[in-house]
Amino acid sequence: MISRILLQTPPPDLLSDPVYYGICILLTAAVLLGIHFMSRVETAKTGNQISALAVAAGIIVTLIKKNILTVWLLYPSIAAGIILGLIVARKVKMIQMPQLVALLNGIGGAASAIVASFAWLFQSNESEPFGTATAILAVIVGTITLSGSLVAAGKLHKILTQRPVIFPAHQIIAAAILVLLTGTLLAGVIYPAIPATALLPVTIVLALTFGFVFSVRVGGADMPITISLLNSLSGLAAAIAGFAVTDILLVAIGGIVGASGLFLTQIMCKAMNRSLSAILLGNTVLQNIEKPTGNVAAESDKPDGKTATLSPVEIIKAARNIIIVPGYGMALAHAQHLVKSLAEKLAAGGASVRYAIHPVAGRMPGHMDVLLIEAGVPFDDVFEMDDINNDFKDADAAIVVGANDVLNPAARNAEGTPIYGMPILNVDQCKNIVIFNYDLKPGYSGVDNPIYNRKNNVWVLQGDAKETLTDFLSKL
Amino acid sequence: MNVTHLILVGIFIVATIIGYLLINNVPSRLHTPLMSGMNALSGITILGAILATATALSSPDTVTGTVFGSIAIVLAMVNVTGGFAVTNRMLKMFGKKKEDNNDQ
Repeated sequence: MISRILLQTPPPDLLSDPVYYGICILLTAAVLLGIHFMSRVETAKTGNQISALAVAAGIIVTLIKKNILTVWLLYPSIAAGIILGLIVARKVKMIQMPQLVALLNGIGGAASAIVASFAWLFQSNESEPFGTATAILAVIVGTITLSGSLVAAGKLHKILTQRPVIFPAHQIIAAAILVLLTGTLLAGVIYPAIPATALLPVTIVLALTFGFVFSVRVGGADMPITISLLNSLSGLAAAIAGFAVTDILLVAIGGIVGASGLFLTQIMCKAMNRSLSAILLGNTVLQNIEKPTGNVAAESDKPDGKTATLSPVEIIKAARNIIIVPGYGMALAHAQHLVKSLAEKLAAGGASVRYAIHPVAGRMPGHMDVLLIEAGVPFDDVFEMDDINNDFKDADAAIVVGANDVLNPAARNAEGTPIYGMPILNVDQCKNIVIFNYDLKPGYSGVDNPIYNRKNNVWVLQGDAKETLTDFLSKL
Repeated sequence: MNVTHLILVGIFIVATIIGYLLINNVPSRLHTPLMSGMNALSGITILGAILATATALSSPDTVTGTVFGSIAIVLAMVNVTGGFAVTNRMLKMFGKKKEDNNDQ
Protein backbone atom coordinates (compact mmCIF):
# COMPACT_ATOMS: atom_id res chain seq x y z
CA MET A 1 0.00 0.00 0.00
CA ILE A 2 1.20 3.43 -0.85
CA SER A 3 1.10 4.94 2.57
CA ARG A 4 2.91 1.95 3.95
CA ILE A 5 5.60 2.14 1.31
CA LEU A 6 6.18 5.74 2.25
CA LEU A 7 6.33 4.93 5.90
CA GLN A 8 8.84 2.19 5.23
CA THR A 9 11.48 4.75 4.33
CA PRO A 10 11.41 5.67 7.98
CA PRO A 11 10.80 9.39 8.19
CA PRO A 12 11.51 11.46 11.22
CA ASP A 13 7.97 11.38 12.58
CA LEU A 14 6.91 14.99 12.55
CA LEU A 15 3.39 14.00 13.47
CA SER A 16 2.82 11.03 15.74
CA ASP A 17 0.04 8.64 14.78
CA PRO A 18 -2.38 9.56 17.59
CA VAL A 19 -2.02 13.28 16.83
CA TYR A 20 -2.49 12.61 13.13
CA TYR A 21 -5.63 10.53 13.69
CA GLY A 22 -6.96 13.14 16.08
CA ILE A 23 -6.51 15.83 13.44
CA CYS A 24 -8.24 13.65 10.84
CA ILE A 25 -11.25 13.23 13.09
CA LEU A 26 -11.31 16.96 13.80
CA LEU A 27 -11.20 17.78 10.09
CA THR A 28 -14.00 15.31 9.38
CA ALA A 29 -16.03 16.96 12.13
CA ALA A 30 -15.30 20.34 10.57
CA VAL A 31 -16.66 19.14 7.23
CA LEU A 32 -19.79 17.84 8.96
CA LEU A 33 -20.17 21.17 10.74
CA GLY A 34 -19.85 22.88 7.37
CA ILE A 35 -22.71 20.75 6.03
CA HIS A 36 -24.75 21.55 9.12
CA PHE A 37 -24.27 25.26 8.37
CA MET A 38 -25.57 24.61 4.85
CA SER A 39 -29.03 24.00 6.29
CA ARG A 40 -29.67 27.75 6.60
CA VAL A 41 -29.26 30.39 3.93
CA GLU A 42 -27.71 32.80 6.46
CA THR A 43 -24.93 30.45 7.51
CA ALA A 44 -24.41 28.49 4.29
CA LYS A 45 -21.50 30.59 3.05
CA THR A 46 -19.63 30.12 6.31
CA GLY A 47 -20.33 26.41 6.09
CA ASN A 48 -18.78 26.20 2.65
CA GLN A 49 -15.72 28.10 3.83
CA ILE A 50 -15.29 25.78 6.81
CA SER A 51 -15.35 22.77 4.47
CA ALA A 52 -12.82 24.42 2.15
CA LEU A 53 -10.49 25.19 5.04
CA ALA A 54 -10.81 21.61 6.27
CA VAL A 55 -9.66 20.28 2.89
CA ALA A 56 -6.77 22.77 2.79
CA ALA A 57 -5.74 21.71 6.29
CA GLY A 58 -6.05 18.07 5.22
CA ILE A 59 -3.57 18.66 2.39
CA ILE A 60 -1.06 20.35 4.68
CA VAL A 61 -1.40 17.70 7.39
CA THR A 62 -0.90 14.94 4.82
CA LEU A 63 2.23 16.64 3.45
CA ILE A 64 3.64 16.88 6.97
CA LYS A 65 2.61 13.43 8.12
CA LYS A 66 4.06 11.65 5.10
CA ASN A 67 7.14 13.83 5.27
CA ILE A 68 6.78 15.05 1.68
CA LEU A 69 6.48 18.74 2.45
CA THR A 70 9.72 19.34 0.57
CA VAL A 71 8.89 17.31 -2.52
CA TRP A 72 8.87 20.43 -4.66
CA LEU A 73 7.69 18.63 -7.75
CA LEU A 74 4.22 18.43 -6.20
CA TYR A 75 3.65 22.16 -6.02
CA PRO A 76 3.50 23.18 -9.69
CA SER A 77 0.62 20.72 -10.23
CA ILE A 78 -1.16 21.95 -7.11
CA ALA A 79 -0.78 25.56 -8.23
CA ALA A 80 -1.95 24.75 -11.75
CA GLY A 81 -5.05 23.04 -10.37
CA ILE A 82 -5.87 25.97 -8.11
CA ILE A 83 -5.52 28.51 -10.90
CA LEU A 84 -7.57 26.47 -13.36
CA GLY A 85 -10.25 25.87 -10.73
CA LEU A 86 -10.53 29.56 -9.90
CA ILE A 87 -10.78 30.52 -13.57
CA VAL A 88 -13.53 27.97 -14.18
CA ALA A 89 -15.46 29.07 -11.10
CA ARG A 90 -15.30 32.69 -12.14
CA LYS A 91 -16.25 32.18 -15.79
CA VAL A 92 -19.16 29.78 -15.47
CA LYS A 93 -22.70 31.10 -15.88
CA MET A 94 -25.35 30.01 -13.42
CA ILE A 95 -27.40 28.31 -16.13
CA GLN A 96 -24.30 26.20 -16.80
CA MET A 97 -24.03 24.97 -13.22
CA PRO A 98 -25.32 21.46 -14.02
CA GLN A 99 -22.67 20.81 -16.66
CA LEU A 100 -19.96 22.31 -14.45
CA VAL A 101 -20.93 20.02 -11.58
CA ALA A 102 -21.02 17.08 -13.99
CA LEU A 103 -17.60 17.98 -15.36
CA LEU A 104 -16.07 18.40 -11.90
CA ASN A 105 -17.62 15.09 -10.82
CA GLY A 106 -15.95 13.48 -13.79
CA ILE A 107 -12.47 14.84 -13.14
CA GLY A 108 -12.79 14.02 -9.44
CA GLY A 109 -13.64 10.46 -10.45
CA ALA A 110 -10.67 10.39 -12.81
CA ALA A 111 -8.32 11.55 -10.06
CA SER A 112 -9.61 8.83 -7.74
CA ALA A 113 -9.19 6.24 -10.47
CA ILE A 114 -5.57 7.30 -11.02
CA VAL A 115 -4.86 7.17 -7.28
CA ALA A 116 -6.38 3.70 -7.11
CA SER A 117 -4.39 2.58 -10.17
CA PHE A 118 -1.21 3.59 -8.35
CA ALA A 119 -2.27 1.61 -5.31
CA TRP A 120 -2.94 -1.39 -7.52
CA LEU A 121 0.31 -1.19 -9.50
CA PHE A 122 2.57 -0.39 -6.59
CA GLN A 123 1.28 -2.93 -4.13
CA SER A 124 3.68 -5.51 -2.82
CA ASN A 125 3.29 -9.15 -3.83
CA GLU A 126 2.11 -10.42 -0.49
CA SER A 127 -0.50 -7.67 -0.11
CA GLU A 128 -3.90 -8.56 1.20
CA PRO A 129 -6.98 -9.17 -0.92
CA PHE A 130 -8.73 -6.24 0.79
CA GLY A 131 -6.22 -3.77 -0.58
CA THR A 132 -6.34 -5.23 -4.07
CA ALA A 133 -10.12 -5.46 -4.13
CA THR A 134 -10.64 -1.86 -3.00
CA ALA A 135 -8.02 -0.59 -5.44
CA ILE A 136 -9.67 -2.33 -8.39
CA LEU A 137 -13.14 -1.28 -7.26
CA ALA A 138 -12.03 2.35 -6.95
CA VAL A 139 -10.55 2.22 -10.45
CA ILE A 140 -13.88 0.91 -11.73
CA VAL A 141 -16.13 3.39 -9.90
CA GLY A 142 -13.84 6.36 -10.61
CA THR A 143 -13.62 5.54 -14.30
CA ILE A 144 -17.38 5.02 -14.63
CA THR A 145 -17.83 8.41 -12.95
CA LEU A 146 -15.45 9.95 -15.46
CA SER A 147 -17.05 8.76 -18.68
CA GLY A 148 -20.62 8.95 -17.32
CA SER A 149 -20.07 12.54 -16.20
CA LEU A 150 -18.44 13.60 -19.43
CA VAL A 151 -21.39 12.29 -21.42
CA ALA A 152 -23.83 14.00 -19.03
CA ALA A 153 -21.90 17.27 -19.25
CA GLY A 154 -21.82 16.98 -23.05
CA LYS A 155 -25.57 16.50 -23.15
CA LEU A 156 -26.19 19.42 -20.81
CA HIS A 157 -23.86 21.62 -22.81
CA LYS A 158 -25.67 20.49 -25.99
CA ILE A 159 -22.51 19.08 -27.55
CA LEU A 160 -24.30 15.73 -27.55
CA THR A 161 -27.95 15.15 -28.25
CA GLN A 162 -30.23 15.71 -25.28
CA ARG A 163 -32.51 12.92 -26.32
CA PRO A 164 -31.92 9.49 -24.86
CA VAL A 165 -29.75 7.37 -27.15
CA ILE A 166 -30.82 3.78 -26.82
CA PHE A 167 -28.86 1.04 -28.51
CA PRO A 168 -30.43 -2.26 -29.48
CA ALA A 169 -30.16 -4.54 -26.43
CA HIS A 170 -28.96 -1.60 -24.37
CA GLN A 171 -29.68 -3.24 -21.04
CA ILE A 172 -28.02 -6.47 -22.07
CA ILE A 173 -24.88 -4.60 -23.14
CA ALA A 174 -24.81 -2.76 -19.81
CA ALA A 175 -25.34 -5.95 -17.86
CA ALA A 176 -22.67 -7.78 -19.85
CA ILE A 177 -20.10 -5.06 -19.17
CA LEU A 178 -20.94 -5.20 -15.47
CA VAL A 179 -20.40 -8.96 -15.46
CA LEU A 180 -17.04 -8.51 -17.20
CA LEU A 181 -16.04 -5.83 -14.69
CA THR A 182 -16.93 -8.13 -11.82
CA GLY A 183 -14.81 -10.73 -13.58
CA THR A 184 -11.75 -8.48 -13.70
CA LEU A 185 -12.26 -7.59 -10.05
CA LEU A 186 -12.40 -11.24 -9.03
CA ALA A 187 -9.49 -12.17 -11.29
CA GLY A 188 -7.33 -9.43 -9.80
CA VAL A 189 -8.11 -10.50 -6.25
CA ILE A 190 -8.02 -14.29 -6.65
CA TYR A 191 -5.07 -14.51 -9.02
CA PRO A 192 -2.48 -11.99 -7.85
CA ALA A 193 -0.15 -13.63 -10.37
CA ILE A 194 -1.91 -11.82 -13.20
CA PRO A 195 0.09 -8.62 -13.57
CA ALA A 196 -1.85 -5.49 -12.70
CA THR A 197 -0.33 -3.84 -15.76
CA ALA A 198 -2.29 -6.29 -17.92
CA LEU A 199 -5.56 -6.14 -16.03
CA LEU A 200 -5.64 -2.38 -15.50
CA PRO A 201 -6.11 -1.31 -19.15
CA VAL A 202 -8.89 -3.88 -19.60
CA THR A 203 -10.65 -2.62 -16.48
CA ILE A 204 -10.38 0.99 -17.56
CA VAL A 205 -11.73 0.34 -21.05
CA LEU A 206 -14.66 -1.67 -19.68
CA ALA A 207 -15.50 0.96 -17.06
CA LEU A 208 -15.26 3.80 -19.55
CA THR A 209 -17.67 1.94 -21.81
CA PHE A 210 -20.10 1.27 -18.99
CA GLY A 211 -20.17 4.95 -17.95
CA PHE A 212 -20.86 5.90 -21.56
CA VAL A 213 -23.60 3.30 -21.99
CA PHE A 214 -25.14 4.38 -18.70
CA SER A 215 -25.30 8.12 -19.38
CA VAL A 216 -26.02 8.16 -23.08
CA ARG A 217 -29.56 6.86 -22.65
CA VAL A 218 -30.53 9.58 -20.19
CA GLY A 219 -32.64 12.42 -21.53
CA GLY A 220 -32.68 16.08 -20.52
CA ALA A 221 -35.32 15.94 -17.81
CA ASP A 222 -33.73 12.94 -16.11
CA MET A 223 -30.50 14.90 -15.70
CA PRO A 224 -31.15 16.01 -12.10
CA ILE A 225 -31.25 12.35 -11.09
CA THR A 226 -28.21 11.39 -13.14
CA ILE A 227 -26.11 14.27 -11.85
CA SER A 228 -27.01 13.43 -8.26
CA LEU A 229 -26.08 9.83 -8.83
CA LEU A 230 -22.75 10.70 -10.45
CA ASN A 231 -22.06 13.05 -7.55
CA SER A 232 -22.60 10.13 -5.22
CA LEU A 233 -20.31 7.93 -7.31
CA SER A 234 -17.49 10.50 -7.30
CA GLY A 235 -17.59 10.50 -3.49
CA LEU A 236 -17.74 6.74 -3.38
CA ALA A 237 -14.73 6.49 -5.69
CA ALA A 238 -12.74 8.71 -3.33
CA ALA A 239 -13.83 6.67 -0.31
CA ILE A 240 -12.91 3.34 -1.88
CA ALA A 241 -9.59 4.75 -3.04
CA GLY A 242 -9.15 5.79 0.57
CA PHE A 243 -9.53 2.17 1.64
CA ALA A 244 -6.93 1.15 -0.92
CA VAL A 245 -4.33 3.65 0.29
CA THR A 246 -5.42 3.49 3.95
CA ASP A 247 -6.27 7.16 4.34
CA ILE A 248 -8.85 8.09 6.97
CA LEU A 249 -9.78 11.46 5.54
CA LEU A 250 -10.42 10.05 2.08
CA VAL A 251 -12.64 7.34 3.52
CA ALA A 252 -14.62 9.64 5.81
CA ILE A 253 -15.16 12.58 3.46
CA GLY A 254 -15.67 10.38 0.41
CA GLY A 255 -18.36 8.57 2.40
CA ILE A 256 -20.08 11.84 3.27
CA VAL A 257 -20.16 12.90 -0.38
CA GLY A 258 -21.48 9.49 -1.39
CA ALA A 259 -24.28 9.76 1.15
CA SER A 260 -25.21 13.26 0.07
CA GLY A 261 -25.40 12.31 -3.59
CA LEU A 262 -27.54 9.31 -2.76
CA PHE A 263 -29.87 11.43 -0.66
CA LEU A 264 -30.36 14.00 -3.43
CA THR A 265 -30.91 11.18 -5.90
CA GLN A 266 -33.72 9.84 -3.72
CA ILE A 267 -35.34 13.28 -3.47
CA MET A 268 -35.22 13.72 -7.22
CA CYS A 269 -36.63 10.26 -7.82
CA LYS A 270 -39.52 10.99 -5.48
CA ALA A 271 -40.21 14.34 -7.13
CA MET A 272 -40.33 12.68 -10.53
CA ASN A 273 -42.18 9.62 -9.35
CA ARG A 274 -39.44 7.36 -10.58
CA SER A 275 -37.75 4.50 -8.86
CA LEU A 276 -33.98 4.51 -8.83
CA SER A 277 -33.85 0.98 -10.16
CA ALA A 278 -35.99 1.96 -13.13
CA ILE A 279 -33.54 4.69 -14.00
CA LEU A 280 -30.53 2.46 -13.48
CA LEU A 281 -32.12 -0.08 -15.79
CA GLY A 282 -32.76 2.63 -18.32
CA ASN A 283 -36.53 2.77 -18.37
CA THR A 284 -36.45 6.31 -19.62
CA VAL A 285 -39.59 8.30 -20.10
CA LEU A 286 -39.55 8.51 -23.85
CA GLN A 287 -39.78 4.79 -24.26
CA ASN A 288 -43.46 4.74 -23.54
CA ILE A 289 -45.14 7.83 -24.85
CA GLU A 290 -48.87 7.51 -24.80
CA LYS A 291 -51.68 9.92 -25.14
CA PRO A 292 -53.36 10.51 -21.80
CA THR A 293 -56.52 8.50 -21.61
CA GLY A 294 -59.94 10.05 -21.82
CA ASN A 295 -59.57 13.32 -20.04
CA VAL A 296 -58.60 15.46 -22.98
CA ALA A 297 -62.15 15.52 -24.25
CA ALA A 298 -62.23 18.88 -25.94
CA GLU A 299 -59.25 18.76 -28.20
CA SER A 300 -60.99 20.76 -30.91
CA ASP A 301 -60.04 24.41 -30.79
CA LYS A 302 -56.77 25.53 -29.38
CA PRO A 303 -57.25 28.00 -26.59
CA ASP A 304 -56.17 31.28 -28.15
CA GLY A 305 -59.52 32.71 -29.17
CA LYS A 306 -60.98 33.06 -25.71
CA THR A 307 -64.65 33.59 -25.13
CA ALA A 308 -63.99 35.73 -22.12
CA THR A 309 -64.01 39.45 -22.78
CA LEU A 310 -61.29 40.19 -20.26
CA SER A 311 -57.71 40.24 -21.43
CA PRO A 312 -54.95 38.58 -19.45
CA VAL A 313 -53.49 42.03 -18.79
CA GLU A 314 -56.69 43.12 -17.06
CA ILE A 315 -56.87 39.91 -15.06
CA ILE A 316 -53.32 40.26 -13.81
CA LYS A 317 -53.81 43.96 -13.10
CA ALA A 318 -56.81 43.19 -10.90
CA ALA A 319 -55.18 40.27 -9.10
CA ARG A 320 -54.04 40.86 -5.54
CA ASN A 321 -52.58 37.45 -4.83
CA ILE A 322 -50.34 36.10 -7.58
CA ILE A 323 -48.15 33.02 -7.81
CA ILE A 324 -45.47 32.79 -10.50
CA VAL A 325 -44.43 29.33 -11.70
CA PRO A 326 -41.07 29.45 -13.49
CA GLY A 327 -39.81 26.46 -15.46
CA TYR A 328 -36.67 25.57 -17.34
CA GLY A 329 -38.19 27.22 -20.43
CA MET A 330 -37.81 30.57 -18.66
CA ALA A 331 -34.13 29.91 -18.19
CA LEU A 332 -33.71 28.82 -21.82
CA ALA A 333 -35.33 32.07 -22.97
CA HIS A 334 -33.12 34.05 -20.55
CA ALA A 335 -36.31 35.62 -19.23
CA GLN A 336 -35.49 35.59 -15.50
CA HIS A 337 -34.91 39.33 -15.32
CA LEU A 338 -38.17 40.06 -17.14
CA VAL A 339 -40.04 37.78 -14.76
CA LYS A 340 -38.46 39.63 -11.88
CA SER A 341 -39.46 42.99 -13.41
CA LEU A 342 -43.00 41.71 -13.83
CA ALA A 343 -43.12 40.62 -10.21
CA GLU A 344 -41.72 43.95 -9.03
CA LYS A 345 -44.21 45.92 -11.09
CA LEU A 346 -47.11 43.89 -9.74
CA ALA A 347 -45.82 44.15 -6.19
CA ALA A 348 -45.49 47.92 -6.61
CA GLY A 349 -49.15 47.94 -7.54
CA GLY A 350 -49.95 46.39 -4.18
CA ALA A 351 -50.24 42.72 -5.14
CA SER A 352 -48.65 39.89 -3.20
CA VAL A 353 -46.33 38.04 -5.57
CA ARG A 354 -44.69 34.73 -4.76
CA TYR A 355 -42.76 32.13 -6.75
CA ALA A 356 -43.54 28.41 -6.65
CA ILE A 357 -40.68 26.03 -7.47
CA HIS A 358 -41.14 22.40 -8.37
CA PRO A 359 -38.32 20.22 -7.01
CA VAL A 360 -37.20 19.10 -10.46
CA ALA A 361 -37.48 22.48 -12.18
CA GLY A 362 -34.20 23.06 -13.97
CA ARG A 363 -31.46 20.60 -14.73
CA MET A 364 -30.15 19.85 -11.24
CA PRO A 365 -31.62 19.94 -7.72
CA GLY A 366 -32.26 23.53 -6.63
CA HIS A 367 -31.23 24.93 -10.03
CA MET A 368 -34.28 27.19 -10.46
CA ASP A 369 -33.74 28.81 -7.07
CA VAL A 370 -30.19 29.73 -8.01
CA LEU A 371 -31.29 31.16 -11.37
CA LEU A 372 -33.98 33.32 -9.76
CA ILE A 373 -31.71 34.52 -7.02
CA GLU A 374 -29.02 35.35 -9.56
CA ALA A 375 -31.60 37.50 -11.34
CA GLY A 376 -32.13 39.36 -8.08
CA VAL A 377 -35.34 37.80 -6.80
CA PRO A 378 -35.37 37.99 -2.98
CA PHE A 379 -35.23 34.42 -1.68
CA ASP A 380 -38.01 35.14 0.83
CA ASP A 381 -40.41 35.28 -2.14
CA VAL A 382 -39.37 31.85 -3.43
CA PHE A 383 -41.35 28.90 -2.10
CA GLU A 384 -40.87 25.18 -2.35
CA MET A 385 -43.75 23.16 -3.77
CA ASP A 386 -45.00 21.72 -0.50
CA ASP A 387 -45.06 25.13 1.18
CA ILE A 388 -47.18 26.85 -1.43
CA ASN A 389 -49.19 24.14 -3.14
CA ASN A 390 -52.31 24.67 -1.00
CA ASP A 391 -52.36 28.38 -1.81
CA PHE A 392 -53.11 28.06 -5.52
CA LYS A 393 -56.84 27.64 -4.93
CA ASP A 394 -57.01 30.94 -3.04
CA ALA A 395 -54.73 32.89 -5.36
CA ASP A 396 -56.24 35.31 -7.87
CA ALA A 397 -53.92 34.33 -10.66
CA ALA A 398 -51.06 32.01 -11.53
CA ILE A 399 -48.45 33.11 -14.06
CA VAL A 400 -46.62 30.20 -15.68
CA VAL A 401 -43.37 30.93 -17.54
CA GLY A 402 -41.79 28.11 -19.51
CA ALA A 403 -43.16 25.23 -17.45
CA ASN A 404 -45.38 22.38 -18.52
CA ASP A 405 -44.96 18.88 -17.09
CA VAL A 406 -44.59 20.10 -13.50
CA LEU A 407 -48.14 21.46 -13.57
CA ASN A 408 -49.76 18.91 -15.84
CA PRO A 409 -52.93 17.63 -14.13
CA ALA A 410 -52.66 14.46 -16.21
CA ALA A 411 -50.17 13.39 -13.53
CA ARG A 412 -53.13 12.93 -11.18
CA ASN A 413 -55.45 10.86 -13.32
CA ALA A 414 -53.95 9.77 -16.62
CA GLU A 415 -52.88 6.29 -15.70
CA GLY A 416 -50.28 4.69 -17.90
CA THR A 417 -48.60 7.94 -18.86
CA PRO A 418 -45.01 8.52 -17.78
CA ILE A 419 -45.91 11.32 -15.40
CA TYR A 420 -48.80 9.55 -13.68
CA GLY A 421 -48.31 9.84 -9.93
CA MET A 422 -45.69 12.57 -10.10
CA PRO A 423 -46.35 15.34 -7.56
CA ILE A 424 -47.34 18.50 -9.42
CA LEU A 425 -47.97 22.17 -8.68
CA ASN A 426 -51.72 22.74 -8.28
CA VAL A 427 -51.82 25.49 -10.87
CA ASP A 428 -55.06 24.05 -12.30
CA GLN A 429 -56.85 24.91 -9.04
CA CYS A 430 -56.19 28.59 -9.56
CA LYS A 431 -59.01 30.89 -10.68
CA ASN A 432 -57.04 32.47 -13.50
CA ILE A 433 -54.01 31.10 -15.29
CA VAL A 434 -51.78 33.05 -17.65
CA ILE A 435 -49.19 30.92 -19.43
CA PHE A 436 -46.11 32.20 -21.23
CA ASN A 437 -44.90 29.14 -23.09
CA TYR A 438 -43.04 28.73 -26.33
CA ASP A 439 -45.70 26.47 -27.81
CA LEU A 440 -48.54 24.16 -26.86
CA LYS A 441 -46.60 21.00 -27.52
CA PRO A 442 -46.37 18.44 -24.76
CA GLY A 443 -43.46 18.84 -22.39
CA TYR A 444 -40.54 16.51 -22.12
CA SER A 445 -42.79 13.72 -20.86
CA GLY A 446 -44.72 13.71 -24.12
CA VAL A 447 -48.07 14.01 -22.35
CA ASP A 448 -50.54 16.69 -23.46
CA ASN A 449 -51.44 19.22 -20.81
CA PRO A 450 -55.24 19.43 -20.35
CA ILE A 451 -54.92 22.93 -18.88
CA TYR A 452 -54.33 24.22 -22.40
CA ASN A 453 -57.75 22.97 -23.42
CA ARG A 454 -59.66 24.55 -20.58
CA LYS A 455 -62.21 26.99 -21.91
CA ASN A 456 -62.34 29.55 -19.18
CA ASN A 457 -59.82 31.73 -17.50
CA VAL A 458 -56.75 30.24 -19.13
CA TRP A 459 -54.71 32.44 -21.42
CA VAL A 460 -51.76 31.08 -23.32
CA LEU A 461 -49.36 33.66 -24.70
CA GLN A 462 -47.27 31.67 -27.11
CA GLY A 463 -43.80 32.56 -28.26
CA ASP A 464 -40.38 33.36 -26.93
CA ALA A 465 -40.89 34.30 -23.30
CA LYS A 466 -38.57 37.26 -23.66
CA GLU A 467 -40.82 38.80 -26.33
CA THR A 468 -44.17 37.85 -24.87
CA LEU A 469 -43.18 39.09 -21.43
CA THR A 470 -41.78 42.35 -22.79
CA ASP A 471 -45.01 42.92 -24.65
CA PHE A 472 -47.08 42.02 -21.59
CA LEU A 473 -45.06 44.32 -19.35
CA SER A 474 -45.53 47.25 -21.72
CA LYS A 475 -49.30 46.85 -21.55
CA LEU A 476 -49.43 46.51 -17.80
CA MET B 1 -9.00 -7.57 6.42
CA ASN B 2 -7.07 -6.48 9.47
CA VAL B 3 -7.82 -4.12 12.33
CA THR B 4 -6.91 -1.03 10.33
CA HIS B 5 -9.39 -2.02 7.64
CA LEU B 6 -12.12 -2.62 10.19
CA ILE B 7 -11.52 0.81 11.69
CA LEU B 8 -11.69 2.35 8.23
CA VAL B 9 -14.97 0.57 7.52
CA GLY B 10 -16.29 1.85 10.84
CA ILE B 11 -15.25 5.41 10.03
CA PHE B 12 -16.86 5.11 6.60
CA ILE B 13 -20.17 3.96 8.08
CA VAL B 14 -20.28 6.59 10.82
CA ALA B 15 -19.33 9.47 8.51
CA THR B 16 -21.85 8.35 5.93
CA ILE B 17 -24.71 8.13 8.41
CA ILE B 18 -23.98 11.47 10.10
CA GLY B 19 -23.55 13.10 6.70
CA TYR B 20 -26.85 11.67 5.50
CA LEU B 21 -28.69 12.93 8.58
CA LEU B 22 -27.22 16.43 8.29
CA ILE B 23 -27.94 16.69 4.59
CA ASN B 24 -31.55 15.84 5.34
CA ASN B 25 -31.85 19.29 6.98
CA VAL B 26 -30.67 21.26 3.97
CA PRO B 27 -33.64 23.03 2.32
CA SER B 28 -34.21 22.32 -1.36
CA ARG B 29 -33.46 25.93 -2.37
CA LEU B 30 -29.88 25.26 -1.29
CA HIS B 31 -29.54 21.94 -3.07
CA THR B 32 -27.48 23.31 -5.97
CA PRO B 33 -24.87 24.93 -3.69
CA LEU B 34 -24.99 21.83 -1.50
CA MET B 35 -24.26 19.63 -4.45
CA SER B 36 -21.46 21.77 -5.80
CA GLY B 37 -19.98 21.94 -2.30
CA MET B 38 -20.15 18.15 -1.97
CA ASN B 39 -18.63 17.98 -5.41
CA ALA B 40 -15.70 20.04 -4.20
CA LEU B 41 -15.32 17.68 -1.25
CA SER B 42 -15.06 14.68 -3.55
CA GLY B 43 -11.80 16.26 -4.67
CA ILE B 44 -10.46 15.17 -1.26
CA THR B 45 -8.86 12.49 -3.38
CA ILE B 46 -6.14 15.17 -3.80
CA LEU B 47 -4.64 13.65 -0.65
CA GLY B 48 -4.31 10.30 -2.41
CA ALA B 49 -2.96 12.00 -5.52
CA ILE B 50 -0.24 13.79 -3.57
CA LEU B 51 0.72 10.56 -1.82
CA ALA B 52 0.74 8.57 -5.02
CA THR B 53 2.91 11.09 -6.83
CA ALA B 54 5.38 11.30 -3.99
CA THR B 55 5.57 7.52 -3.95
CA ALA B 56 6.11 7.37 -7.70
CA LEU B 57 9.03 9.76 -7.37
CA SER B 58 10.84 7.21 -5.27
CA SER B 59 10.00 4.30 -7.58
CA PRO B 60 12.12 2.95 -10.47
CA ASP B 61 9.86 4.27 -13.24
CA THR B 62 9.78 7.88 -12.16
CA VAL B 63 8.56 9.42 -15.40
CA THR B 64 5.29 7.56 -15.92
CA GLY B 65 4.46 7.83 -12.23
CA THR B 66 5.17 11.52 -12.10
CA VAL B 67 3.18 12.25 -15.24
CA PHE B 68 0.07 10.40 -14.10
CA GLY B 69 0.46 11.54 -10.52
CA SER B 70 0.68 15.15 -11.61
CA ILE B 71 -2.39 14.72 -13.81
CA ALA B 72 -4.27 13.36 -10.79
CA ILE B 73 -3.13 16.29 -8.64
CA VAL B 74 -4.22 18.87 -11.21
CA LEU B 75 -7.58 17.20 -11.75
CA ALA B 76 -8.34 16.81 -8.05
CA MET B 77 -7.19 20.34 -7.31
CA VAL B 78 -9.42 21.78 -10.06
CA ASN B 79 -12.25 19.77 -8.54
CA VAL B 80 -11.60 21.14 -5.04
CA THR B 81 -10.87 24.75 -5.93
CA GLY B 82 -13.45 25.12 -8.68
CA GLY B 83 -16.12 23.46 -6.58
CA PHE B 84 -15.59 25.54 -3.47
CA ALA B 85 -15.12 28.79 -5.38
CA VAL B 86 -18.28 28.42 -7.44
CA THR B 87 -20.25 27.41 -4.34
CA ASN B 88 -18.97 30.49 -2.59
CA ARG B 89 -19.99 32.60 -5.57
CA MET B 90 -23.51 31.18 -5.48
CA LEU B 91 -23.93 31.54 -1.75
CA LYS B 92 -22.73 35.13 -1.94
CA MET B 93 -25.72 35.80 -4.20
CA PHE B 94 -28.04 34.22 -1.68
CA GLY B 95 -26.65 36.42 1.06
CA LYS B 96 -26.44 39.63 -0.90
CA LYS B 97 -30.07 40.12 -1.79
CA LYS B 98 -31.21 41.12 1.66
CA GLU B 99 -28.70 43.93 1.90
CA ASP B 100 -29.59 45.03 -1.61
CA ASN B 101 -33.22 45.27 -0.70
CA ASN B 102 -32.38 47.35 2.31
CA ASP B 103 -30.23 49.62 0.22
CA GLN B 104 -32.76 50.27 -2.45
